[in-house]
Order: sequence, then structure tokens, then C-alpha cells
Amino acid sequence: MSWTRKILRVNLSKGSCTSEPLNMEWAKQYLGQRGLASKYLSEEIDPKCDALGPDNKLIMATGPLTGTMASTAGRYSVICKSPLTGAIACSNSGGFLGAELKFAGWDMIIFEGKSEKPVYLLVQDDKVELRDASHLWGKTVWETDDILHQTHQDPQLRVACVGRTAENGCLYAAIVNDKHRAAGRSGVGTVMASKNLKAVAVRGTQGVGNLEDAKTFMAAVDAGKGVLAENAVTGQGLPAYGTQVLMNVINGVGALPARNMRDVGFEGAENISAEAMAEPRASDGKPNLTTNAGCFSCTIACGRISTVDKTHFSVKDKPQYHGASGGLEYEAAWALGADTGIDDLDALTYVNFLCNEDGFDPITYGATVAAAMEMFEEGVITTKETGGIELKFGNTEAFVAVTEALVANEGFGPDLALGSKRLCEKYGRPELSMTVKGQEFPAYDPRGIQGMGLTYATSNRGACHLRSYTVSSEVLGLPIKTEMGDAEGKPELVKAFQDVTALVDSAGLCIFTTFAWGMDNIAPQIDAACEGDWSVEGCMEAGERIWNMERMFNTAAGFTGKDDNLPPRLMKEAIKSGPTEGQVSRLDEMLPQYYQIRGWTEDGTVTKETQQRLSL
Amino acid sequence: MNVSIELYASLMKHLPPGKSRFRRDLKVDDGLILNRLIEQFHIKPEEAHLVLINGHYIDAEERDDRKLAAGDVVSIWPPVAGG
Ligand code: SF4
Repeated sequence: MSWTRKILRVNLSKGSCTSEPLNMEWAKQYLGQRGLASKYLSEEIDPKCDALGPDNKLIMATGPLTGTMASTAGRYSVICKSPLTGAIACSNSGGFLGAELKFAGWDMIIFEGKSEKPVYLLVQDDKVELRDASHLWGKTVWETDDILHQTHQDPQLRVACVGRTAENGCLYAAIVNDKHRAAGRSGVGTVMASKNLKAVAVRGTQGVGNLEDAKTFMAAVDAGKGVLAENAVTGQGLPAYGTQVLMNVINGVGALPARNMRDVGFEGAENISAEAMAEPRASDGKPNLTTNAGCFSCTIACGRISTVDKTHFSVKDKPQYHGASGGLEYEAAWALGADTGIDDLDALTYVNFLCNEDGFDPITYGATVAAAMEMFEEGVITTKETGGIELKFGNTEAFVAVTEALVANEGFGPDLALGSKRLCEKYGRPELSMTVKGQEFPAYDPRGIQGMGLTYATSNRGACHLRSYTVSSEVLGLPIKTEMGDAEGKPELVKAFQDVTALVDSAGLCIFTTFAWGMDNIAPQIDAACEGDWSVEGCMEAGERIWNMERMFNTAAGFTGKDDNLPPRLMKEAIKSGPTEGQVSRLDEMLPQYYQIRGWTEDGTVTKETQQRLSL
Repeated sequence: MNVSIELYASLMKHLPPGKSRFRRDLKVDDGLILNRLIEQFHIKPEEAHLVLINGHYIDAEERDDRKLAAGDVVSIWPPVAGG
């Protein structure tokens, strides 16, 4: 269905659940999910509020295509102010929960206030109630999911919840749905736990409806699926190898950061790559990768389901980790592996399981450990702080030990729960935090891939690859090849990617479709489903409007152009060897042009004219 | 002259037996054209989506003219993506 035109507002302080109509004026301007929920957040909270206080709100939002037959149309996003960055947070997840929420008849849920004691929200179509969750507090994501399924005796129930790291205040806790799909970044799980909200369990039976022009929609959906199937990347590459195939690619082109971005190029990359995941291992002849998997309505199915070698030291005595579960994606494998200097595939898969089991972002976590490792090697952190653990780059046992400490909230765990910015500040080495606006980089070195430097610096949620994935053009040549090392033309490229992505994230679709789909494939699907102008031009303008609105939220929260920055290491320490030798990020050349193209002032503020042009 | 080839993902099936996961070292004629090397490994042009020489991108149009030099490492991927 497209919009259900209904919002569920849950006031956790009062314990009330009320239904209200969706603001259709806003829906026609901001579409849904990321855009529309960010509009609600901007209107309803003070951007300067304490992210972990009752004044912050947490919105779970679907897009108008979520739950339809469009390929990948199962997405939902979580929007709130981030405790990690202080900026707007919007984390997108797949799996099946988003579609279920739609089937229950809701476009979004707005959580406000704070519950006195732990609760979970049960949504069964129109029947909605807050229930006591005291028995779930202290439980992992996996336990919570199992208990709620047992309690409600419904295998079709979909659960999104937080684990123990969120309860313990880890600043980058995730909300995990369907056990291993996560709204992973920026600490949205921490906000959920701060409201004493443990879980959202949803069952919807209302099916599909409300499409503006169902026949045209089905034709556009069919055409779109055809394009995905015929495209070699979405039809073959992603299902077979997943995102992890990039490990060797990015290493090969000289843009794989390693060891807290001190180095570029990781000698162990091939051991943690997609190809290694497909190799039979010595102990049982089975590969790490069990199968691929798809989210709701997805015809790509890039997901990885993996096992850890049962004889591996990390799980030898822990049979609960011997089954198959969500495996390594590229960004996680990079952060947990290359960035910590560890190339033990089983250890990384185990740590990734823990990220899912207890709900924390593997990118920020891996990068935080990497920063701690650099400080350990420099003698700033010692075994006194780590509880006897030799936290050096490449030390697999140490890595597993500190991860278990994080989950148990013991030893060095609470320090790691801070994220790298606060950790490096605590130990007097702020320059070693590889972050923008307090959020850690993913797996592409901005010295090697110039567009990614601008992407990270200007991303509205702090360093992130999913706000404008220019790697697609700069490395893979999709849709057209641009030179990785060139700064020229990148401001235009970044802006175009940012606007398209904002729109796709607001529709209910997965961004991976854009390896094959252009706006001319996407817009007809939205236009047929939704009221309003969703032509290619209308979609692009909405994307731009959403980007600017998020920017204005951040400006009101206190961010300025000075925060569109990269750590000095990436601006000054040139890449030491390989195909990108000698390069640094040329952000200072790109940023002024980017502001100009955006219609912003020299210090990065959205001008009145731009606001008027975009009806902001 | 000596060059090396690296084949990744589904192209690994074209690698002759050898020790390394992806790489084979070869003796080839001086100045061998890149596309001729790709053909020797029975890789169809549309399968060679991403081709690097020493980590540098080589556009599909250049591959028929590009002469290899001694010590070059040629890396090839089928259509792949991620993120
Ligand atoms: S492409 Fe991958 S992440 Fe996207 S919807 Fe499909 S399975 Fe999920």
C-alpha cells in the first residue's frame, strides 16, 4: 500500500497510544520514511535538546512503497536526534518489520517522553498497547525476540528491539529487527533504551491498498524488477558475493584504510573477503557463507548468512554460536577487520554475531577499538586501563576479549561504549578519532577516493557512506566513471548522489537498487503509487528539499561549516604507498564549491533564497 | 617478460591451478595487449567489468590498445558492487 495516512503516537510518559491522520501536505513534499519523519522531528523537537532526555523523540517510519510488491520495498527508518553526534540521526533497516508495520495500518510510530519502567509496544493491526517489559530488560536482542514470539505464539510477529549495550548507554547502540537486520548507526538504539522502550512487536494483516493507480504501478514495478534481474551487478554480483566482494576491490585500487586509517592497504584483506567466505574450511569442509538472503520483497538478496568454525577459539565452548546467523557485510568486515589489523574471518564473524545479538553498530565499534589500539601502541592506554589485555593491532584474542567486555559492561567495555571521539578525548588524543561530527568513517579512504571525503564531511549524520555513495562512480564506474583521485566535478557528483539517496530512503526502497536503477526507473513506481508530483524532476526536488531540511536541523542544533571537516590525518598525512601514493583529501578545494552549488552561504548555512526555492 | 594476473569473484574459475588465491605469475610476449591477455583466460569482454593495472582503472575502450609492461599486475573483476 502507499501511505496508510495514519500515524501512531505513543507517549511513553503517559503510557498513551493515539492514532492521528498523516499530514498529507508534508507527505506530498517529503514523501515518507527518512524525509517525512525528519520533517515531523524538525517540527516537534528542539534540535538543541538532550538526545537522551525525554524531550527527544524517536520515530519509526515506513515509506509509501514499503510493503508493496516493488523490489526491496521492505525498508523502514528510525529518526531521532543522535546521542553520538548531536545531529539528526536516520538509520535505515531492511528485513520484514517495516512491511509488517504497514500491513498493520501505520505509516509511522512517534515515540515521545520516557516510560517510568521498561515497556514494549505491541501492535496488532489497530490494537495497540504498551506492555510491561521488566522481564525483558537485561536480555539480548535474540532472547527478547524469542521470548516475545513465545509469549504471543505467533511466528509471523516481527520484533525490533534493543540489546544490553543500549541499556548500558553505549552511544552507538542499534535497533535490531528480525534478529540480524539493524537500524545500525548513530545510536538510535541508545535513544530507544533511554526511553525505557525495549521492543516493538508488530503483526499486520491488512494487506495492500491505497495505491493511486494500481495498474500503472504494477507495470512500473515489473519493469523495475526486469532491470534489476538483467543488470549484472544486481542480478548476479550482489546475490552471489554480497557487498563483501568490495574488500579486494577497494584494497586493489588503494583506498582500503587500515589500522585506524594510519595505513592504506591491508595485507590480510583477501583472508576476510567475500571469496574467502565462500571457501571450504579445514575443520568441517563447510564455507563461512551458508547462503544469501533477501529482505521483504527483495529480488536482489545481497544478505549474508554465515557460520563460525565450531573449533575456533572464540566459540569452541559456546554452542549458542554454532548455528547460522547474519554474516559479515563489507563495512562491518572492514571496521572489525582491516581497521583493527585482524584478518581472522571466524573471529570477525563471531564479533559480528555479538553486534547483532546485543545490538551495536559494527562500524563505530570496530573503529573505536582501532583508535584504542593506536593509543595502546603509543602507550597512552595501557594494560592498567584494559584490564590486562594487550590491545595491539592484529591481536585477535584481545579483540574478542574487549568485545565480550563491552557486552558485559565490564573492564574496558564502558570506555569502548563511548565511541572513538569521546574515548580519544578522554585519553588526550582527540586527533586519533577518525570521525566527522562524532561518527566514525566506514570503509573508503577519503584520501584515495576524493568524492568520499566530501561525502563524509557534509553528511548530515556524521561520517557515512550511505548518504552519497560516490564509490559507485569513482571506483565501479556506475552509472559513469569518474577519476577517484580528482577533486574536480566531485561537488556536483556528491550533491546529485545525496539528493537521489535522500529520495530513495524516503520511498521505502533499498539504496542498492541504484546500482541498476536511475531516477527514471524509480520515479514511475512512486508516481503510480502516490498522490502528488513524483515525476523525475519532482523526485529530485524532494530529495534536495529533504537534504536541506536535515541540514537546517543540524544548524539549529549548533553545527556550522566548521563541522564539515575531516581529521587532520586525512588532510595532511599522505598515503604512503600503492596506486594512490602521495594523496591527501582535497576537501578544502571541494567544500566551497559544494556550498555554492547547494545555494548555501560561505559558512554552510542554507540561504533564504534556497529555502524559498525548495518551499522550506 | 613477466606479468601477473589476478582474477576475483566468479572469474576465479578461469585460474589455472596454483598456490595463491587470486594471482598467477606469467611469462608473456613483450608488449602484449591487455585484451589479448584477458582472452587467453577465456574471459568474455562483458565479464571483465573492472580491470586494473597496478591498481589503476583501465577503461573498456583502452583495453585493445593498452600494452603491458614487465612487472605489471592485471586485476579483473566481474560486475560487482557493495556498500
Ligand atoms: S539489496 Fe540487500 S539490503 Fe537491500 S533489500 Fe535486498 S537483501 Fe536487503
